[in-house]
Amino acid sequence: MTDVNVIINEKIEKFGKERHALMPILQGIVADKNYITEDELLLVAEALNLSAADVYGTATFYTFLDVVPRGKYVIRVCKTISCHMAGKDDIIETLEKTLSVKLGETTTDKKFTLLQANCMGWCHKGPVMLINDEVYPELTPEKAIAIIAEYIAK
Amino acid sequence: MENKRLTKVDLIFENDGTCATTVLDKARAMSQDDIIMEMIDSGLKGRGGAGFPTGLKWKFTKAEDSFDKYIVCNADEGEPGTFKDREILDTVPAKVFAGMTIAGYAIGAKVGYLYIRAEYNFLLKKLNEKLDVFNAMIKEKDFDFTIEIRSGAGAYICGEESALFESIEGKRGEPRNKPPYPTVAGLFGKPTVINNVETLVYATMIMKYGASSFKQMGTQDSRGSKVFSVSGDTPNAGIYELELGMTVADFVNDFGDGDTKAVQVGGASGICVPRKKFADMIIGYEGVPTGGSMMLFNSTRSMYNVLKDYLEFFAEESCGQCTPCRIGCQQLLHGIEAVKRGEKHPSYLDSLKNLAETMKLSAKCGLGQSVANPFTSIVDNFREEIIY
Repeated sequence: MTDVNVIINEKIEKFGKERHALMPILQGIVADKNYITEDELLLVAEALNLSAADVYGTATFYTFLDVVPRGKYVIRVCKTISCHMAGKDDIIETLEKTLSVKLGETTTDKKFTLLQANCMGWCHKGPVMLINDEVYPELTPEKAIAIIAEYIAK
Repeated sequence: MENKRLTKVDLIFENDGTCATTVLDKARAMSQDDIIMEMIDSGLKGRGGAGFPTGLKWKFTKAEDSFDKYIVCNADEGEPGTFKDREILDTVPAKVFAGMTIAGYAIGAKVGYLYIRAEYNFLLKKLNEKLDVFNAMIKEKDFDFTIEIRSGAGAYICGEESALFESIEGKRGEPRNKPPYPTVAGLFGKPTVINNVETLVYATMIMKYGASSFKQMGTQDSRGSKVFSVSGDTPNAGIYELELGMTVADFVNDFGDGDTKAVQVGGASGICVPRKKFADMIIGYEGVPTGGSMMLFNSTRSMYNVLKDYLEFFAEESCGQCTPCRIGCQQLLHGIEAVKRGEKHPSYLDSLKNLAETMKLSAKCGLGQSVANPFTSIVDNFREEIIY
């Protein structure tokens, strides 16, 4: 993991110190640490000369900018209509059993967080899930278990 | 009313790299006004769903007197049932970049932003590589234009143009009041052309083949072809480019599973067409307009579950800024659940329809305004399924 100041300065160098650098900075922190802590939000606010409330308000608007602790691998199962019809409930049930967590929870070893999300643009190949940025379409419970096993082995 | 048979077309996914470079040479040799006239003449309308004439958008933005202008490519494809832009960006990105460059040249913009949803982050590595090559190529061709990529962070509302601008500017993705329209005050308050991914590829193809060949396809109101995302109860789920102007019946003949009872045209915010209306309903601006999402439902599906799914989606994705949408989405959802449980009389559905109609009139942006589309069309056509 990179020091958060390094990420902030790297993004400021690329995007400048204006407000429009905020999203790339927050995205950079999430990409490295999976979620943003309150202290990190304060550092970002200071670096861009914004109010802490403004930075917090922006971060919490976006589903992918988590401000609560998340596991190393964030699993997002699509829950919207086509994936629903294609059997996303079975996938979630399988993942809950495999990981011993409920939807919304993080495993005790902080490795996985299991979430639902809205349409991910794979309606013809549902059910689908994202693990961080990687996409896994055309899931079956068996496939989901095999994919998780790969991540556990990592 | 004229209508066309279902005809497959291959324009969007036609070869990528060389096409983009030859088209740019052709555009460079034309005047800005001639390019805009070509777009207007083609009859191309925005392929994201709203259907505003592309050429006019370019014309209005060019007419603005401003040193800074922007081109924005809207790749925040979040409408449930839509997945064509992902495929376009994955297979023919140079044609998207070329469309942005042509638009930039036509209106006098020096910078273009491609705003892509976070769910498509896995495309970024490849896209950035292709973009570096492309940016270098247009420099050589003497275009004073650079394209940058910006990512979203999981918010459906950022597909709304002014919310998308807010997001690029580093703010909450809350839509702005209109007017002013983006052509006058868009990104960073400057005149901006914002087009859908597919629209920009059509702009490239119109430059290649000319407006006259494009407008030979389709109907009076719906010129050309369109990429459709087909999902749901169909043996042929996938991405298809079809000539505009076919009826829903023709579409169902090709894509249905023999038991199709309804087609949701235009995604969750679109209109539900029941079987009895298949034959008369044209897919296009004279009938049901669409951003390309076609979801088929067969008789095993409960339309109550479909509507409930949509309303949960809207209740979650409403940005919460304006009251009609924030409260309305929740109340519509609670309302149909109460009717289903028998806590409310079935006639309560009519009150809910009034609420949906009120949202259409009073919500600030397209999200809240369009919830009435699925709500009214499903409740009107499948009332028994909602009640019992």
